[in-house]
This record gives sequence, C-alpha cells and structure tokens, in this order.
Amino acid sequence: MVNFFSNTKVDKVGIEDRVSRISKRSLKSDAKLDGLKMILSMIDLTTLEGMDTVLKVQQLCYKATHLHYQLSNLPNVAAVCVYPNMVKTAVDALKGTDVKVASVATAFPSGNSTLEIKIKDTKEAIINGAHEVDMVISRGKFHSGEYNYVYDEIAAIKEVCGERIRLKVILETGELGDFDHIRMASEIAINAGADFIKTSTGKISPAATLPVTLVMLETIKDYYYKTGKIIGMKPAGGISNSKLALQYLMLVKETLGPTWLDKKWFRFGASSLANDVLMQIVKQQTGNYQSKNYFSND
Amino acid sequence: MNSNIQPLEFNGDWNLSPSLESTDHIDLKDKYGLFINGAFLKPLSNKYFSTINPSNENQISLIAEAGSDDINLAVKSAKDAYENVWSKMPAKERSKYIYRIARLIQEKAKELAVVETLDGGKPIRESRDVDVPLAAAHFFYYAGWADKLDYAFPNRNPKSIGVVGQIIPWNFPLMMAAWKIAPALATGNTVVLKPAESTSLTALKLAEIIQQADLPPGVVNIVTGAGSTGELIVNHNDVKKIAFTGSTSVGKSIMKSIAGTSKKSTMELGGKAANIVFDDAPLDQAVEGVVNGIYFNQGHVCCAGSRLLVQESINEIFIRKLRDRIQSLILGNPLDKNTDIGAVNSKSQLDTINKYIDIGKNEGAEIFQLNCTIPDKGFWCPPTLFTNVSQSHVIAQEEIFGPVLAIQTFRTIDEAITKANNTPYGLSAGVWTDKGSKVFNLTSKLNAGVIWANTYNKFDPTSPFGGYKESGHGREGGLHGLEAYLNLE
Repeated sequence: MVNFFSNTKVDKVGIEDRVSRISKRSLKSDAKLDGLKMILSMIDLTTLEGMDTVLKVQQLCYKATHLHYQLSNLPNVAAVCVYPNMVKTAVDALKGTDVKVASVATAFPSGNSTLEIKIKDTKEAIINGAHEVDMVISRGKFHSGEYNYVYDEIAAIKEVCGERIRLKVILETGELGDFDHIRMASEIAINAGADFIKTSTGKISPAATLPVTLVMLETIKDYYYKTGKIIGMKPAGGISNSKLALQYLMLVKETLGPTWLDKKWFRFGASSLANDVLMQIVKQQTGNYQSKNYFSND
Repeated sequence: MNSNIQPLEFNGDWNLSPSLESTDHIDLKDKYGLFINGAFLKPLSNKYFSTINPSNENQISLIAEAGSDDINLAVKSAKDAYENVWSKMPAKERSKYIYRIARLIQEKAKELAVVETLDGGKPIRESRDVDVPLAAAHFFYYAGWADKLDYAFPNRNPKSIGVVGQIIPWNFPLMMAAWKIAPALATGNTVVLKPAESTSLTALKLAEIIQQADLPPGVVNIVTGAGSTGELIVNHNDVKKIAFTGSTSVGKSIMKSIAGTSKKSTMELGGKAANIVFDDAPLDQAVEGVVNGIYFNQGHVCCAGSRLLVQESINEIFIRKLRDRIQSLILGNPLDKNTDIGAVNSKSQLDTINKYIDIGKNEGAEIFQLNCTIPDKGFWCPPTLFTNVSQSHVIAQEEIFGPVLAIQTFRTIDEAITKANNTPYGLSAGVWTDKGSKVFNLTSKLNAGVIWANTYNKFDPTSPFGGYKESGHGREGGLHGLEAYLNLE
C-alpha cells in the first residue's frame, strides 16, 4: 500500500494552547468591522434539510444577495450550498450575481453508497450548473484502514469535477476520533486532489471547532511548503456567532497569513451566522444592538 | 519540503486595531518610601532614584534607596517581629494572614498587572495571565502548608530560621516576591526583601496589600535600592538566610560573602537551556513551544530555552516553520492586549543583548529577525534567531537574557544529550518527541532541575523549581520550597 501521509504527529495540548491564545486576541473598531464584512463575504449560505423546497431555496438565494434591507456596502455571501436536486433552482435564482452555487454530493451526509452512484450524484450536480461540489469521504473505509479506497474515491470525484469545478472534501471530523486521524484524513484529501478541505456535514456533533480547524490549517501549510500550492479551508457547522467567526479569521491570519483571508481560500459553512454578523455590524455603526426582528430569517 | 517556495506572508491589509488596557484605575504615588515595620518610611539615607517605563522612557515614580541605617532598622524590626509575634503565633493564625494576602492579590489583579507592565515592559497579556495569577497561587498554596509542617516533614521537628533576606530580579518582580515571601511566612520566618531597582513598583504595591491584610508590623519589610543595598542585607549579622534569584556572577559573590558564616542560602541563578526537537515530534506544536520558550517575557527568563537542538533530518522544515511563526508575532506597546513582544527591561540590558547579537554575527552565525517597526522611544529588541551555530560559539555558551535563540543540529540521541549538558548551567530543558520512552530516557540523563516534555515554561506552585551546577542550589515551590526555610533535625 502506498503511504500517502507524512506521519506527522499532532499534540492535543499544544493545539488547544495555541487556540486559546489566538482566541484572546482583542478585535476592536476598524479591525472588527472589516473582519465582520469579510465573514459575510466568506459564507456558504446553506440549507440542507429533508424538507427543502424550491421556494425555500429561492428565498435563501435572495438573502444571499440582499443580506439586509437597509445597510449598504455589504458584500454578497460567497455561495449558496444545497442538495443536488436544488442546484438548478439556485443557479436560476442567482443568475447574474457573483454568488456561486455549491452542491453537496456523494451520498451526503453519510457517504455510504457505491462509487458508481457517487459519481452519478456528482455529475448530476455539475450538469445542473453547480460551480462547487462538497463531497463526503467514506469514514467507514477510513476507520477500517482502507486509506487507498478513500484516496481513490476522492481522486475519482475530482476527475469528474475537472479543473473548472472546485471540490471541497468533507472529512466529518466529528467521526474521525482524534487529531492524528484528522491530520491523516486531511493529507489524503489534499493529495487526492481536494481544492478545499472541510470539517463537517453539519449533521454530526461536534461539527467545526477551532482546534480541529487549526490541525487542518497546519496540514494545508505543510502542503504549501512542499508544493507551493494553496488549498482552501472550510469549517462548517456550529459557527453561529460573530465572535467565534472572528476567532476563526484570526486563526487563519496567524497560521497561514492574509493570502488565505479571501473567499477564494476560506469559507464558513453556516446557516444562521449571517444574521448575527449583521447585528454586530449595525452595533459597530450605530452603537446600539437592534432587535432580532430587524434581521430577516430566510 | 521545497526550498524554492516563498515564505508565508504575514503582512496584509487586515490588521488589529490598538486595544490598550486602561490605566485609569491605577493608583501610583510620585514617591515611595521604604516599607519597614508596617509603614512607609522616608529613607534615612535621604536618597531616591527614579523608575521608568522602559517602553517610552518616561519616569513613573521616585523610589527610596535604602542605606545601612535603613537596613539596620528593617532587620531590627524583622527580628523583633520574629521574636515577639510571628514565631509565637499559632501556625493556623499565620496561614489566615497568608490567605488574606492571596485574596487581596486576586482582588487587585488588574491593577497589579498594569503596574507590572508599566514598570517592567512585559506584555499585559503575560502579566495578566501569568505573573499575577501565579503570584496569588503561590500565596494560596503555601497558606495551606503553614499548619501542616509536621506532616510535611514527619519526625524531623521543623523549626523556623528567623530573619531571612531575600533579593529578587527584575524579570518577574511580583511573582518572584510571592515565590520568596509566601514560603518564608508559612514556615514562620520574617522577611527583609529587596526588589530589583528597575522594577520596585509591584513589590511596593504588595507592601500596600500586606498593610491592608493587617500583617503584624515587621513581619515583612520591603526595602528598595540597587546592588549595594542588597550587599547590606547579605552581610547583616541578624539575617540568618539569604534567598537570591538573579545572575550567576552576583550569586557567586553572595556565596563568597556568606562563606564561613552560619547563614543558609538558596540560589536561583542563570541558565542556558536546550530545547531538543526530535524528528518524530509534533512539529507545529514544537515550534510554538520553542517560540514561547525563548520569546516569552522578551527572553528575560532564567529558564528560557535559549538553545535549540534540532534533529538534522527536520532542520530545514523546522527552521522554515520557526521563521514564519516569528513573522506573525506582534511587537509593540506592552499595554496593548494583542502585544506578544514588549519592551526590553532596561537600557543596560538592551546593550548587553545587542553586544551578544554583534558577537553572533561576527562569529559567522546567520541571523534572522522579526521584520517590524521599532518604536522611536524605549528599549526594543525584535525576536532574533541564529542558525549555523556551533557548540563553541559564545552565543551558544553564555546566557544572553534576551530574545535571542541559538540553533544547532544533532544526529543521535547521545549527541543531543552531550550537547545539552555541555554548559556550566543546569536549570531547565525541553524535550519534544511523540515517543514516551524517549522522554523518560532523556529526562534521566539531562542535568537540569526542570525538564519539560512537549511543552515549555509551565509553572505551578506545587512543583519545585531550581537548578544544578552554576544555575544554583535549593528549590522553590512544592514541599522542597518549604524545606529551604526550615531547620530540620
């Protein structure tokens, strides 16, 4: 068996120390406002429910380009993230905007299906117009030590995506056990062709955490040192307030530098984060917190 | 690893806005007297010196300089308090006072942290998260021991010593005062303590706390001044023990002056610790530990990991990671909550550090420094590392006491042990490996008082601290720290 991964170890205590230090960074005035706007521009606004409907997705797409009915100078979110059968609806609704459509695929969220079906799932999303594909890895295979299988599967999906469609690989870190495994899965995904690595489906708890994200950012850093290539990062699930989202940005800033502070290389997978960020922006501009009723729930 | 790839870039458009800790709540006097017999007294010497903020060179206060009459008075009041009050008080009562001091330090934590940063130049993040909490923790810990000495040393009839003279350095002013005073009081001794002349303020704030705690007059006396004041304490006949933390050269001269007397001593002196990183270490966490090891408190740490020994097979990648990490450090106003690297403590220390940096360059080592703007006023040294360093380089041998790291490589475990031990010092060391058996193998072979594995610069009052060889003798902290203030049968 080919050894894809570097056998680099991760020390849990050290990771948590580093996170705790970065979380204590104090963000005020301009830095805070700029950070909040950056967060909005990096959001993959997501709806992944069994009860998703065409009208629900259309409403979400409108929100993606009209975050607040009064505030001006707001960016659009980076993308809208939906199931494959909703891709066409989203593409139509977002026509003419810079907002991308991301589709989950490969038997999301469990990933328990055959490669054949996963390839078909992916192709369908792409044919319907998805710009980005968020796939899940086969965690069962990973745990049974079939790392080649996991690698080959990612490589096969990347082949379907080609150069044009960006592939985000969801590791579902909440199911992987420890940091060494998360590091190994990140290396497999990156070497197999991932454009982004992503923490979670949002269906499992814990979803994204700062320590897990730091482990993945360090893997991205090592790949950059080896190849000069930039891989993107997407924490998803559980990031619902501005303070936490700003801590993620600080983590990126101090681990990889500002090159990654761009929606091209960093995304938040979130459904309720945007409104909290908007509330904070209003607070920064007016000095007062507004009622939640002033922020639309789509 | 590909050496053609550009380093990561850490300068961007999105930068932290200033976030200064408020100084409104600070109560500082223009002029401080000597704390003798429970009151602040004008110095009989009639001399004062100024203490400045090393980050902007502004004067903060005038501090009294204790002369021989002042020291005689301080020692006399300590002796009277020992004979008439403190040694007769039930141990349980003593511990109540120590608890009270601990709680007052916690209550005034914010003020103490700000004063420490103003006077010493260290980042507020460190004085807030390390110095002040550890100072309080030391008082809490030793308060608990005061009435349990017979259990700590069964069948050895522990007895207090009398008046102890304590001389502390400028790198952790409040914390060192706590490390010295707390065990001395718990064991029933009385104290004459002298803080370093460049950082007297938090010791004087501690004197105010001691007043507030209603500690009987004379049990703790805090006298300020420079080296000559320290000599007066060391040579006073009624001082039964000297506890000193500072440089090895001063430690040696103290030992000479008390040779032939019955004075006891503990010496916590310099160091030139090695951080040893093996190829199976968690590298990014090791980088973090190395950075904390040498750049914490601008490298003004006796146990600083000032030498880095990297296994040759990971040398290139490790140094690349280290350099990139250094570029993300923030140097600036110590009162800013985001500052990582504050001001060097004094002009003279900055001169010493710069002298060593020049020596390193002249010896042919390769220098790398944080690329940052240095403030116009104050004393500053960017985090610095030297590669291509040999064991015989001066920068690998002598203690610099600044943010300067000397990096060497090794091939085998034995070579790492030989190099790490090849120094007159023996205070601390760090080992970085994923393999537990390797950690235990090394810890038994390194001649150092404290050895950290996969971490660095972690302190706790329950854990003894002190050195081998020219790093001193005696231990502070834990049970060992009690023993240093007791006569045992």
